[in-house]
Amino acid sequence: MPVFGSFSLLLALALSAYTLLAGGLALRQLATNARSRMAPERLAETARRSGIASFFAITGAAFALVYAAFTNDFSVSYILHHSNRALPGAYKFAALWSGQEGSLLLWAWLLATYGFVLRLRHKVDVRLVAYASTILAGIQVFFLILLNFAAPPFALVEGAVPQDGFGLNPLLQYPEMVIHPPMLYLGYVGFSVPFAFALGALMMRYPGEKWIHITRRWTMVTWLFLTCGIFLGAHWAYSVLGWGGYWGWDPVENASLMPWLTGTAFLHSVMMQEKRGMMKNWNVWLIFSTFLLTLLGTDLTRSGLVQSVHAFAQSPIGAWFHGFMFFVLAVCLFTFILQRDHLKSDHKIESLTSRESSFLFNNLVFLTACFTVLWGTLFPIISEYVQGNRVTVGAPWYNRIAVPIGLFLLLLMGLGPLLAWRSSSLRSIRRNFVLPSIAIASTAIVLLAIGQRPWREEGVMYAFVAFCGAAGVITAIGSEFLRGANVMRTQTGKNLAASLLLLVRKNTRRYGGYIIHFGVVIIFIGLAGSAFNRSTEQEMDFRQSMKVGPYTLVCQDYTQDSNPNYDSEYALLDVYRGGKKITQLAPEKRFYTASQQVSTMVANHSTLAWDLYVIYAGQNPDTNRPVIKVFLNPLVAWIWIGVIVIVAGTGVALAPNLATALVPASQRKPARPASSSLVNQPATLQGGD
Amino acid sequence: MRLALRVRSLLPLILAAVFAVMGAQAADTASDAAANNARFDKLGHHMMCACGCNQLLGECNHMGCPDSPGMRTKLAAAITRGDDDNTIFHAFQDEYGATVLAAPMFTGLNRFSWFLPPLVLLIGIAGVFLLVRRWRPQVAAMPARSADPRTRALVQRVRREIEGDTL
Repeated sequence: MPVFGSFSLLLALALSAYTLLAGGLALRQLATNARSRMAPERLAETARRSGIASFFAITGAAFALVYAAFTNDFSVSYILHHSNRALPGAYKFAALWSGQEGSLLLWAWLLATYGFVLRLRHKVDVRLVAYASTILAGIQVFFLILLNFAAPPFALVEGAVPQDGFGLNPLLQYPEMVIHPPMLYLGYVGFSVPFAFALGALMMRYPGEKWIHITRRWTMVTWLFLTCGIFLGAHWAYSVLGWGGYWGWDPVENASLMPWLTGTAFLHSVMMQEKRGMMKNWNVWLIFSTFLLTLLGTDLTRSGLVQSVHAFAQSPIGAWFHGFMFFVLAVCLFTFILQRDHLKSDHKIESLTSRESSFLFNNLVFLTACFTVLWGTLFPIISEYVQGNRVTVGAPWYNRIAVPIGLFLLLLMGLGPLLAWRSSSLRSIRRNFVLPSIAIASTAIVLLAIGQRPWREEGVMYAFVAFCGAAGVITAIGSEFLRGANVMRTQTGKNLAASLLLLVRKNTRRYGGYIIHFGVVIIFIGLAGSAFNRSTEQEMDFRQSMKVGPYTLVCQDYTQDSNPNYDSEYALLDVYRGGKKITQLAPEKRFYTASQQVSTMVANHSTLAWDLYVIYAGQNPDTNRPVIKVFLNPLVAWIWIGVIVIVAGTGVALAPNLATALVPASQRKPARPASSSLVNQPATLQGGD
Repeated sequence: MRLALRVRSLLPLILAAVFAVMGAQAADTASDAAANNARFDKLGHHMMCACGCNQLLGECNHMGCPDSPGMRTKLAAAITRGDDDNTIFHAFQDEYGATVLAAPMFTGLNRFSWFLPPLVLLIGIAGVFLLVRRWRPQVAAMPARSADPRTRALVQRVRREIEGDTL
């Protein structure tokens, strides 16, 4: 199998290189009307088919690695270092992305999968897809060079093959680890597609904004994957790292947040280009930056440039990524300078109180947030370079700098959708803002009345602003839905619920977007709860109790257990509330035999109000009694609920509008029939515009 | 005799005063302990564990961590001694290096770490205002569109659609 895997990777490299070279040559010939022995259309078609074939070759390599993991083939160095015989099957599968070489293979495979779908759906716009396919092939060649020469996943063990592997990092032996990295990678890799389309459209001076329509779903799905990946990572950190939090501003967490911020900015500002032909330069650079930030994220994870809890993935391939990032940046800059006259805006902003300027402010805040995270991540390196000593930029810094920016964004999220395109009259502003303002003021009064004193502590002040802002935004979103539903009810005579459903189905994109905003607000409420976290630690004997907030924990037992994969110590704690037993928790500490590492298994009782988060902190060596640490974390469940709402909202936004859905596919007018084929429509090939 | 009687009559008052002082001292001690705990928690969240686990000192949860127990003991001692925050930070920095602080201090180049992001935001906001101000007169100076009623109706319909289809 290792030989098959290595061969598949070499074959994939050859096929991808052909896609890049033949595709590039064909597009060059088409652009310059140059003649050659083979017609450029046919050459482009061979490039497309070669790209499709590369997907099967990389799939073969990925299969070979998974097969090696399941058959305990410890002659493969990667399997030796990331698996062992006692490892459960799901984690053997997850071993594919548990280390450097495997995760690069996963990246290459996902990229090939995206490319496969793109190349199959080439009829949507043959020439533009040919450009995008060639650019994707270029990215794929880079990853395949890494896999073949710098970080080969099928490298063999030198000398005698050990009987058992060294095991998987215990932190990765958690169910979410089976889905968190693929989700994150689907997001990272997915941004290659809109990037390839944007660069291709700019290279060929693509007329109009159709490339945005083509890539909209790609971008949204990619964004959704990245969002889910980030929050699954947060949930994993919350459940496994056992420090009571879900976001530690670790450089690798930051690395995933940065492309998310620019990607979200792109999703918003691209609407200005679609509707008003504005911000073309800006959008192109947003998607370029997003792609570059995904590379930077991978670079930060791999190169060891910054210290991180993700140190398990470090290796010396950072230099390759630096080189590739500079190359991509140079290509983007060169293309932009050459074609910048193609990106002139059709319109300009007419008023500060308009939807356009709210988008501009929204983009500004997203980019400032991204810059803040980047600055905080890189400042230790800058400090070491300039001052000669490294400093730490951790949670207190981000809380002081990034949190206010986030709150500003929350307020903008409520403000923006209330403004009209082009310009809003003072009357409409007054009408639209009255209810949200009342909601904000009422929430502030209620919070003060129940004893919140925001001026006493920074965290409480942030939470206060977040709660008030959230109330305002929810009211604004709710009133938008109600206003639309009332109009629909008047028009159709249906009841309010049916009118609401019809309203959403008639404009899925708009109302899906509002649902996403609602999800984000719920997440903000959850995050604000962290200002009121409480924790306590106690050594517990049999029948001894511990009181935290409204809960009383009684230790029923503490014992040890063992299985082939790990030994464990755990305590059984009965949880009472108001004198009534509500659940039993079993916080655990595991010692993994193969890797000789310790891991925490948190026990959590989650409700809408708070999480009772219990950790087995260890045993007191003098008394042999367990030390239990308990956190009472308010509103954490709201964060995960908010993510589910975002997923639902994205689903709605991706669904076709009712009017479109009712038209049979055969009767739908193609958006741009002239470009449906490379061979039959030479006119579209010879001049982009 | 009279003196003894007077002392006896004052005894309840004296006892009450003694208890009141003792109570106040106990309350003070309790509130001091609570304040010290709160301060320990706060400062523990402004420093990193020195073992390289990348966790805040107040959150480090390693079993057998070589550094955090000692660091916590030193922090608790410094708080009990009544050292101010800066003295504690400097002492820890001297002992464990600059990376022990979870956020850069407000000195030298480190000031940039605090200033730059808000500065970027302010410059950006000013830029947006200037941009819109610069564009606005150009938009206002654009020639009026055709007065043809059919064109006007079309423009109005398109505008309605654009304003309706917002996201």
